[in-house]
Amino acid sequence: MRARTKLLIVDDSLTIRQAIERNLKEFSLEVVGSTGNGKTALELFRNLEPDVVTLDITMPELDGITVLEEMMKMRNDVKIMVITALKDKATGLRAIQIGAKSYLVKPFTSEKLKAAFARMLGTN
Amino acid sequence: MNETDLHFFIDSTVNYFEEITGEQAVTGIPYLKGKEPVVLDYSGIIGISGKRKGCVYITTTREMLKTLANIILDDNEATLETVKDLTGEIANTISGNVREAYGSSFMISVPVVIEGRAKDIRLPEHVQTFVIPITWKDFKSFLVVCLE
Repeated sequence: MRARTKLLIVDDSLTIRQAIERNLKEFSLEVVGSTGNGKTALELFRNLEPDVVTLDITMPELDGITVLEEMMKMRNDVKIMVITALKDKATGLRAIQIGAKSYLVKPFTSEKLKAAFARMLGTN
Repeated sequence: MNETDLHFFIDSTVNYFEEITGEQAVTGIPYLKGKEPVVLDYSGIIGISGKRKGCVYITTTREMLKTLANIILDDNEATLETVKDLTGEIANTISGNVREAYGSSFMISVPVVIEGRAKDIRLPEHVQTFVIPITWKDFKSFLVVCLE
């Protein structure tokens, strides 16, 4: 039996973490971790080896761009979707250059999140 | 701060409610904050640094936050923790979205949330502070923008 895709959710908002988890249920993922702190995100990433990560940028202790760089250094096959309120092109471009597979700007509807996620996984 | 700056924040606020709920928020005429406090049940504050300096906060009611949280989470069980958290998330999203206009030199902090009707939120005295009244459904909120 094929193992389920492992998801790590990183966002400093509890509401957003819950919304992401609920909206992505239909993808039959295994949510292996969830945190609101950039530093903890790196520890979870190292220990839980997720296949997919949703990653916020504005977070306490360590910002999402730094977290993204570190994650890509550890495993560049991981699929990372940045989900952030930062709507400027430079930040979006930077995230994609570092290795993010997708960049979704908040606020998002469940339809937009699911569509972007499906595109990233190549399941649409 | 000028009228254009205010429009960026108004557009960002209107877009937030429309995108999340499909229902537009209506903003009232902005006014200069005087000595009277502008504080409702929960306030989410974002510090601004970089090329612009100051702060932005949204202050709103528990009822509005519960209604919004129920829409976002598609249930009717918004907890106090969710409601408090959402205050910071709204402030973060409205402030982060205006980087479309200001660019990445408009740096935003993580949100600080104040629960309860504080006497007031202290802002720099030498900078003009604008209050933007917001009505979404029948709920009143205020966006307060203080930028050098």
